[in-house]
Amino acid sequence: MKYKLTILFSALVVLGLVLTACGPKPEPAPAPAPEETEAPAATEAPVAEAVEPAKEIVFFNWSEYIDPEIYTLFEDETGIKVVEDNFSSNEEMLAKLQGGATGYALIVPSDYTVSIMKDEGMLAKLDHANIPNLGNLAEQFQNVPYDPGNEYCVPYQWGTTGIGYLDSEVDEPTSWAVFFDPDPTAPYYGRMTMLDDAREAFAAALVYLGYDINTTDEAQLEEAKELLIKAKAALAGYDSDIFEDLIASGENLMAHGWNGDFLVAQEENENVAYTIPQEGGVVWVDNVCIPISATPEQKAAGEMFIDFLLRPDIGAMLSDYNWYATPNAAAEANLDEEFLNDPAVYPPAEVLAKLQYIEPVGEAEAIYQRLWDEVKSAPTP
Amino acid sequence: MSSESITQQVPSMSRRSRWARVKKSMGEFSLSLYGWGGYFFLYLPIVILVIFSFNDSRSTAQWSGFTFDWYGEMIHDSQIILSLWNSLFVAVISTIISVVIGTLAAMAMERHVFRGKLLMDAVLYLPIIIPDIAMAIMLLIFFDISGIGFEPWKVSLFGIRLAVPYSVIISHVAFNISFVAIVVRARLAQMDRTLEEAAQDLYADTWQTFWKVTLPMMMPGIMGGALLAFTLSLDDFVITFFTSGAGFNTLPVRVFSMIKKGVTPKINAVSSLMLVFSLALIGISLLLRKGGDEEPTIGIGL
Amino acid sequence: MQRLFARYPALRAWLLLLPAATWLFIFFIAPLFIVLVYSFLERGTYGGVVWQFSLENFRRTFDSLYFSTFLRSFYIAAVTTFICLLLGFPLAYYISTRPPQRRSTLILALMIPFWTNFLIRTYAWLTLLRTNTGLINVSLMSLGIIDKPLPLFGNDFAIILGLVYGWLPDMVLPIYATLERLDTSLLEAASDLYASSSKVFRRVIWPLSLPGVVAGSMLVFIPSLGAFVTPAILGGGKSLMIGNIISNQFLAAHDWPFGSALSFVMMAVMLLATLIYFRSTTSEERMQP
Repeated sequence: MKYKLTILFSALVVLGLVLTACGPKPEPAPAPAPEETEAPAATEAPVAEAVEPAKEIVFFNWSEYIDPEIYTLFEDETGIKVVEDNFSSNEEMLAKLQGGATGYALIVPSDYTVSIMKDEGMLAKLDHANIPNLGNLAEQFQNVPYDPGNEYCVPYQWGTTGIGYLDSEVDEPTSWAVFFDPDPTAPYYGRMTMLDDAREAFAAALVYLGYDINTTDEAQLEEAKELLIKAKAALAGYDSDIFEDLIASGENLMAHGWNGDFLVAQEENENVAYTIPQEGGVVWVDNVCIPISATPEQKAAGEMFIDFLLRPDIGAMLSDYNWYATPNAAAEANLDEEFLNDPAVYPPAEVLAKLQYIEPVGEAEAIYQRLWDEVKSAPTP
Repeated sequence: MSSESITQQVPSMSRRSRWARVKKSMGEFSLSLYGWGGYFFLYLPIVILVIFSFNDSRSTAQWSGFTFDWYGEMIHDSQIILSLWNSLFVAVISTIISVVIGTLAAMAMERHVFRGKLLMDAVLYLPIIIPDIAMAIMLLIFFDISGIGFEPWKVSLFGIRLAVPYSVIISHVAFNISFVAIVVRARLAQMDRTLEEAAQDLYADTWQTFWKVTLPMMMPGIMGGALLAFTLSLDDFVITFFTSGAGFNTLPVRVFSMIKKGVTPKINAVSSLMLVFSLALIGISLLLRKGGDEEPTIGIGL
Repeated sequence: MQRLFARYPALRAWLLLLPAATWLFIFFIAPLFIVLVYSFLERGTYGGVVWQFSLENFRRTFDSLYFSTFLRSFYIAAVTTFICLLLGFPLAYYISTRPPQRRSTLILALMIPFWTNFLIRTYAWLTLLRTNTGLINVSLMSLGIIDKPLPLFGNDFAIILGLVYGWLPDMVLPIYATLERLDTSLLEAASDLYASSSKVFRRVIWPLSLPGVVAGSMLVFIPSLGAFVTPAILGGGKSLMIGNIISNQFLAAHDWPFGSALSFVMMAVMLLATLIYFRSTTSEERMQP
């Protein structure tokens, strides 16, 4: 009895295991191949007119990135309810979709993630006929390098990566040298943070060295790595989450970070300031896109919402809420003069010219990550 | 309870007096001091957390002034309230399931010798050992390819309609079983077998022995395991985020997503409210107890 | 029951195990095979996998960088476990020696802090520990006890403190479960027999609580080894733990196969260690009385 049961059970288990082990094999890698993408998108477009938009859609967005009032207005106008899910990094959102999560009508990836998702066939082509307000976008945002002609996505908000500081305590940093050639006698020595992000940290070092921030040249990356390790001595730590709070509270005096965060921190401490060093920095754009997994109904409703976001009044509501610059030229008329003239939000043309996009680097992603692990585990010099 | 009379067999006078003396001794004093110190350590950051729920700025780290605004915002944020209900629902359901399953498993593992025990040992430890992120991604892929999907369980609780994906509950049970089993096993390992054998001689019924002796004796372990499971489930972020499909959020998922754009004291307000609620529950139960007789309980608590 | 045991020992065991085994085989072991399979594949450039057999991922886990990170994590987790034991044992003993009604209240009170949110709790520690503006340093300095801020934040001290705080209840609960209603007559007899209370502890309390200590140590050691949020926030992110490296593979480097391989190697090592640890300690405990 005992043996039989044990054997039977083990057999069942083994069978189960074999089945499940074989299970994934016939499946393609979670992301469908690109050619599959083109087909449904192309066939969908003509049918789109006939599709009844979904009554409820899920919007996968960064948190605190949209005025909830916008959902109410949209629902009043169209009867479509928008439910919000949040993520805290592009990679988190990407991994969830790659793993097979469906049900999202809209997502908000940043520029380089749009390129990745486009390449992986994860985005649906937008039907421009459903988005008449597309023309409200400023010209440079109608032709962003990662998606010319807004084929797959519509810019949502944009910003820059530079240095935030406490201007009551330290002078305006004009060069990335404050990080990479730190002066041990300076008040900010040991009271600085850098973003805890491989690409952003390397971008700062590469800009300082005068290299392309998307370089795949190992010698250049090695040089940047040495610089980042050298910078460690002057850092309180790496932080992508609360760096602005640490400046506002006076704990740290200088931080590598995103402009909008520092602008929000100004509410707590008016001495928080933001600048882009003379060598340049990073510019980024977050975009609204529709994942390929969205049903035609969800896609139709999603496009209605994108169009709604592009309205001048709604575009202005977004910037009023999250303090980032709007790509929506028509919305600017509804925004404060003071906001539009703030160089921390809208950098002057000569600064803008020195900013670069972070782009996906393919196989070299692994090199960046590996070198970043080396930086982070290196003992502080 | 009948088990009580069995365990507390010989309460001798000498023991009582000695016990009293021990209580007064330095050892007892320093033990109490230690106990209070332990609770001080556990509640220290909680006090800070509550204070900052009244902070008059968006920061959870920099004090600017006193306000009740965050409580107002919290009450009007239907998403946060809904996610709190979701968290509690998932935690309660997954705790109940994993406590039953985990306790049975613990009994098998501690009380029996059988073939395949080593395998089950491994299977029970693995969910604790596996990195959260690996478990989250593998479950997400599994629910997708197995066709189980992320269908919600629609329930209505006190007029609030919840749609909780089965996948989330399944995943929480999958990591909680092991925690319950380990704690209950520890209790079983220390338990005196002779009591059950004695009971067996008296009652002669396996079920009665289980209900009247074994189960009450396991209770501290079961309650410990249940509390651990409930707490882990209530605080889980990674696994819930990846296994939830679209449109379902628990409180930790909401909060972790805020990390990049800034966690506001609204979350402190929600946490404080939960804290007040749970402490009130303890208070009420203490009051009720005071009214009742002093019959020693098994330590199962509320 | 004795007769039943004698006749069908394995049947009873498997019946008790059936729910757990079913649940775990379907919802844990089967998905685990996905990780196993992935660990032998090549990475998709931006996440996911390419169906191409490769041993490269396992070769890479033996990289000295990852090995030294593992050792470091091991050290941090071991210190955390040791401190949790030092703090948790007396606390569990304290709770278990209170009157029965107080015990359950105290056990609940132990868990309630953890029903708040993890991130908010960690930020609360940050408010206390920050170097220049943390409450501890500011108060100590304004009282004139110190004149330079203590390094409380952004180092191993802060990481270990955060981990000890987070996992202390996991140590206390199993120890309490074994100590609760520890036969007081046994203690009585013991203190009659042995002169010193340290002997009572060594000969009676400790051996009896050993299953709880073993379980508690496991429940603290393993999660601290894989921790990644606490090192990032309280440790200032200036050093890595194995949990950071693994989660980075999935959430930063888009390298699922390598993340899977690292997870697998770590699980294998830990599982082996756990089984050996458990076997040795439980058999030791059985020999004790």
